[in-house]
Parts: sequence; C-alpha cells; structure tokens
Amino acid sequence: MTTDGDIADHAKTYDVVVVGGGNAALCAAISARRAGASVIVLEAASKFYRGGNTRHTRNMRCAHDAATATLSGPYTEEEFWDDLLRVTEGQTNEQLARMMISKSKDMLDWIVEQGVRFQPSLGGTLSLGRTNSFFLGGGRAMLNALYLTAERLGVDVRYEAEVVGLEIDGTRFRAAIVQQSSGRMRIRGKALVAAAGGFESNIDKLVEGWGDIARNFLIRGTPNNRGTVLDMLLGAGVDSIGDPTQCHAVAIDARAPKYDGGIITRLDCVVFGIVVNKHAQRFYDEGEDVWPKRYAIWGRLVAAQPDQIAYIIFDAKSANLFMPSLYPAIQADSITELAGKLDLDPDRLAVTVAEFNAAVRDGSFNPDILDDCRTENLTPPKSHWARRIETGPYYAYPVRPGITFTYLGVRVDHEAKMMMKAGGPADNMYAAGEIMAGNVLGRGYAAGIGMTIGSVFGRIAGTGAARHAAQ
Amino acid sequence: MQRSEALTEADRLMTICNSCRYCEGLCAVFPAMEMRRSFTSGDLNYLANLCHSCGACYVDCQFSPPHEFDVRVPAVLARVRRESYADYAWPRALAPMFKRNGLAIALTAVLSIALFILGFVAFNDPTALLQSRHGPGSFYALMPHNTMALVFGAAFLWAVIAFVMGARAFWNDIGEPHATLTRPQPLLRAVRDAGSLRYLDGGGVGCYNEDEKPDDTRRFYHHLTFYGFLLCFASTSVATLYHYLLQREAPYPLWDLPVVLGTLGGLGIVIGPLGLYAAKARREPAMMDDGSRGMDVAFLAMLVLTGVTGLGLLLLRETSVMGPLLALHLGAVFALFITMPYGKFVHGLYRFLALVRYARERHAAAV
Repeated sequence: MTTDGDIADHAKTYDVVVVGGGNAALCAAISARRAGASVIVLEAASKFYRGGNTRHTRNMRCAHDAATATLSGPYTEEEFWDDLLRVTEGQTNEQLARMMISKSKDMLDWIVEQGVRFQPSLGGTLSLGRTNSFFLGGGRAMLNALYLTAERLGVDVRYEAEVVGLEIDGTRFRAAIVQQSSGRMRIRGKALVAAAGGFESNIDKLVEGWGDIARNFLIRGTPNNRGTVLDMLLGAGVDSIGDPTQCHAVAIDARAPKYDGGIITRLDCVVFGIVVNKHAQRFYDEGEDVWPKRYAIWGRLVAAQPDQIAYIIFDAKSANLFMPSLYPAIQADSITELAGKLDLDPDRLAVTVAEFNAAVRDGSFNPDILDDCRTENLTPPKSHWARRIETGPYYAYPVRPGITFTYLGVRVDHEAKMMMKAGGPADNMYAAGEIMAGNVLGRGYAAGIGMTIGSVFGRIAGTGAARHAAQ
Repeated sequence: MQRSEALTEADRLMTICNSCRYCEGLCAVFPAMEMRRSFTSGDLNYLANLCHSCGACYVDCQFSPPHEFDVRVPAVLARVRRESYADYAWPRALAPMFKRNGLAIALTAVLSIALFILGFVAFNDPTALLQSRHGPGSFYALMPHNTMALVFGAAFLWAVIAFVMGARAFWNDIGEPHATLTRPQPLLRAVRDAGSLRYLDGGGVGCYNEDEKPDDTRRFYHHLTFYGFLLCFASTSVATLYHYLLQREAPYPLWDLPVVLGTLGGLGIVIGPLGLYAAKARREPAMMDDGSRGMDVAFLAMLVLTGVTGLGLLLLRETSVMGPLLALHLGAVFALFITMPYGKFVHGLYRFLALVRYARERHAAAV
C-alpha cells in the first residue's frame, strides 16, 4: 500500500496493532497485553457500535469433558469435531479445526477470567444447553467486559478509527493508516492482528459472488463489515481461503431493517407451517429435521427463490408454538384473504394449501421429536410436523435471506499467522475471527462456532504477535 | 381503554425483549416477561414494578439508542411505574399528587412544619418555644404526649389504610389471586429478595449508573436508607412502649435503646439518600424517566430532612433551640407519614408485591 505525504506519524510504535474491535480483536489484544506487549485496538465503529457482530451474539461453542454450572453435560472434542465435519461436509482444515476444538476447552475458563460471565442456555434455546455457553447479558455484555479488562490492562483503544491502508513490505507489516475525524494517522507496529470481520455489509462485494440477487439480502449485523481490510491483505499478497458465496445465512423477517436487525428478526416457525415462494409454490421439505439442525439452510433456500422472498404460512393451531419475534404475523380469516395481504395469487395459494392438506397423513403431533405427522405423495414432501392448515385465523411471515457472516478470508497456519500466496507464512501478520473463519468453516454453520473461532484464534494470534514483537 | 403512551412503548419494548431474551439472567423482569407472549396493561405494570432500575439491560442491549429500535427498558419501565402509582392512589382524589410530586411534597412539608410551630406557640406561652429544658418530659412540655400519639397515630393509620387500598388496586390490576398472599413460600422469598435487593446488582457485578462500568453504590446507599428507616421506626416503637408500659418519658439518655436505634437510623436516612442523590446526579439520562425526578428527589429530601432534624434534636435538645427543632422534626415526620402513600415511598410496596407474585410464578414454573 502506498501512502502520500500528509499523513501524521503516531509518536508511538506499538508492539501489536489490532485492527477490528470484536471478540477476536479483544481476545487478541488482551492476550498480547498480558504477554507484555504494548497494544492498540483500532475500531472503525463508534463506542456504542463497537464490536462488530459480537454485539449480536449470545453464546460460544466450547468442548468440555463434564457438565458445569451453566452447561448441562459433557461435549467432547470428538463430538465437536463430528458436528463440525457434518455441517461443513468436509470443507474444513482438519489440523486447524482439531487444534481449535482442543483449545476451546481452555476458553471457558479463560474468557471468564477476562470478566465475561456465563449463564445456562436462554429460554427457547434448550437444545444448545449442553454444547453452548451463553453470555450473561448477551454479546454486548461480553464486549463491555472485554473492553473493561483491556483498558484496565493498559490496551489503547481508538474508536471511529477506520484503517484505510496497510503498509506491508513483502511479508512484513509496517504500519496501519487510520482515518479519524482529525485526519489520517500512520500507526507503526511490530506485529499486526487483523480481526476486522468479513464483508457481508458490502453489497457490491456480495454481488461479485452471488450476482444481483444479493441486493435483496438483509444484513443481520454491523454495517461496518465491508471487507476493506481483507481486500488490503489479499492485495498485498496474502493467500485467500474459502468460497465468496459461502456464508452463514438464515431466513429472517423480510420487514427487518437492511442492517443490524440482530436476533429479534429471526423466525422459528418454518417447521410448523409451509413455506411458499412468490408464485405461491412450496420449494423445500419444511419438516426435514429439528429446527436447530436446519435453520441455517433456509437463508440459502430463500436466496434461490425468485426475488429472494418467501412466506411462511401456518394456522391458529401453531401460532404459539415458537419463539416470538419483532414483527407481528400477518393475519387473515381465510387463505385467499391472506394471499391478498401478501400480494400472492389467491387461487394458487389456495391450491397449494389444499394439495398440502390433502397429502397430510394424521399422526401424533409432537414438536419436540421427529414425529409421524407427514405428507404422502407430495413434492416436495413435509417429513414431520405436517398438520393441515385449516384452522383460522391464518398467519404468514414474509422472509428474506439474512446474512450473518461470510467465510471467504485469509489463509492462516496453526499459529494464526497469515499465509502468503507465494508460499510460506507472513513474517508478523496474524488473523483471527470472521476474517479467517473459512479456514475452519468452509460451509455450513453450527451455533456459536463463530465466537469459538474468534476467541481461540484471537488468543493464539495475540500471544503469537506479542512473542514476535518481543524478539 | 386507551393505553397510555408509556404502556404502548413498554409493550413495544417487551415484544422486542421477548424476541431476544439475552437479558434473562440479569434480573426478575425478563424471566417474568418470558412467561407471557403478549402483555396486558396489568402485565406491564407488574413488570414495571418488578424492575429495580439496575441498568444492566440498558448497557448490555445491542438495540439501545442510538440504534433505531431505541430500546430503553429502565427509563420506560420507570415511567410506567410512576404512572401506575397515580393509578393505584387512594383516595382517587389524591392521585394528582403524583402529577407534580416534588412541588406537592415540598408544600405539604412546609405547611406541616408551619402548623407545628404555630401549634406550639398557640398552645403554650409564646416564650416557651425558646426555653431550654432538661430531663424527661421536656418535649411534652411543648406538646403533650397523648396529643402527639394521637396526631401521629392518626397519620400513620391514614398511611396504612392508603397502602392497603393501593395494594388492593395493584393486586387486582395485575390479576394475581388473593390466595398468593396467604402462602408463606412466595412471601418469604419476596422478603429475602427485597431485603437483600437481590435484583439491584446488574446480574451479579453491581448495578450500572453512568456508563457500561458496573458500580455498586446504589445498592449500598439504598441499604443505608431502608435499614436506617427501619431503625428509626424501631426507635419510635420502642419509645412508645417505654412510655406506656414502663412509664419512662423521652428524652432518653444517649445509651438507651431508642436513642441508639434512632441515631443509627438517622445517620442511615441522611447518608443513604445523599448517596442515592449523588448517584442520580451522575446517572446516564437515557436510563431515567425525566418525569420521575421530582418525585424521587422529594422523597430523598424528606428523608434527609427527617434525619437531620432528628439528629439535630439529639445534639441540641438541652439548648434553647430545642423547641423550634422539635417543631421542625415533628413537622417533617408528620409530612413524611401523610405523604408516604402519595410519593416515591410506594415503590417499596408495589415492588415487594411484584416480587411476591414473581416468587409464586417462578415456583409454579419450576414444578
């Protein structure tokens, strides 16, 4: 990266410059500082919006050999690995993934030592009570604790300090150029930790991978993850990993704001109804598996539908079976009236519902297990929880793909050091969090794994960067 | 019935919070919220009175301002709470006391003190007010004990009746069966939770005041205030028993129980409210309900006035200012008693009742 002459030089050269301000960045900063390094954190957002997508998180997935005060049972490394292998369908670096899983065990204690507090799994998330540790007060509470610890340890934190350039000589980081309201500033460092998130908020960049359909995507978290730091690194010769179209995306309420709607726009009612596209046609088995195992596929499914919109349709029997969400369901006394409110063809929706109802085979409905309520001779089928939609009032939620985070990132080694395209590791450049998530998570998703990647690799990167700076 | 703006906003927030639930480990409000899917006005009044305003949910919330969802649970529930006090006030004619509560309490206090001074002067020799006196019975030279007991007994009885009527109104509004109040488990649980201010601790690290850094001073100062108030009450009760059972007349020696209790309690209701006021002055405005400020400050001021005049009376009871100080102190105590049902004091009543209901609901959900 070249720079022009009117950039002020920051008086101090830091041992470790951390770019980003979320979980990964703070774990790196705290680890580096505890290892004796001088550390600066460069956060593009304001103090309120600090922490990127960590603000919207609520738990992390860590292996543990026994139940704890907040975890209902053991979750072994092997089981964690099996889960990861299953959701990624093998798109993972086994060496890195197994190392991360092994080190995740220590995170439960380490993160508590940094002031973060855990609680038993939240209401409505019982299925995660054994595997995932929930932050008391959620992700912003976690961030508040981490920032408090970092500041107490003497980490310098700059808000509204966007990194607009990186000075890199070959494999060696020299300085970051920071844009602040007062102007541009060059901050030199002996080592870099890039923890600046992914690029899901950069619609143009999404379009490069997905095509124009990406313009209809909603972004569940921070508007600041535009991938600029990732681009700088790739432009400077760092090797990339992952597929630009792979991301964690779920179907969220289509009425949600474009950015930052967070958890409250999610909808957990797919399994209780049918999902139709704008032509009032079903397109996937809504009852394929229990919702916690399937919610992460629906973002991509809806993305593949015309205009990237779909509608979850259910009746009064199911109205109270799932977690409430921000916007009320659209309600009508008949299916055709409902179609009118959704701008769907009423006759076609009536036919779709009638065909579905006719295919339903009676069983004993049980939302807690894979029950025997299913359809016969229907394409696509609904394998479980299929009940006739016949009891008014009728309800619908419009849904769109909501992207949580992206997987294309920088390739790293087991020390969280970036790998160069030309081969071999970078000299003093480390990465943690979403910017390198693709190393472990090539596709698919398992709840809380983003935070595991951030914490574990953040801690490794921070420790490694401090060690490097001390040499 | 048309919902108030505050209730409408509280409904919106509880719908958001119920979709999120990240705060459920912080206090009683969110678990109570999760037991519901939609919120009647009674539900919202219940949740609002359950809230201790620790502030943790505000600093932990990813949707608090400047986020467009503008989630400000402590401030909005404080407003709902304040409006609910007026709704439950008995008699209804006195509900407007909550409108400009600071002014109403200040006027009542001034009138009450003036009445005692005038009374002392009217019923005694005009010079008696400034005479120095010594030994037992010196207070009663200015106001006969039986008169004092009658006046304050009546004020106390009035307050108790108003509390009972307010409690009934609250209980009916939130829709809780009367039987809950006859069961020991929820009552004991609520006594423990209220007595320890269990939910004024930010979920374990201390409550939040100025920013996202926890600091626990409000719980400490509230304990001083509350237990100071109880000690003062105990002091008065012991003195009354002394008077009628042992025929021992005030003032008592410094080592005697009513004086010891009263002194400790007096210090509590002076230092406690001053600490709470200092915390309030520094508090993040977005966590507060502007309309509650007058009511809050008036109650703190009344406690401080009561404590300071009581302690002053103790120090100067053998000098010539004893008379005016006694009038001042009795006027303050009288005003405190008669305004208790029409000011911030009622927060303790409704919060306690809300905790009783919460204990019952929680227990029912667990079995």
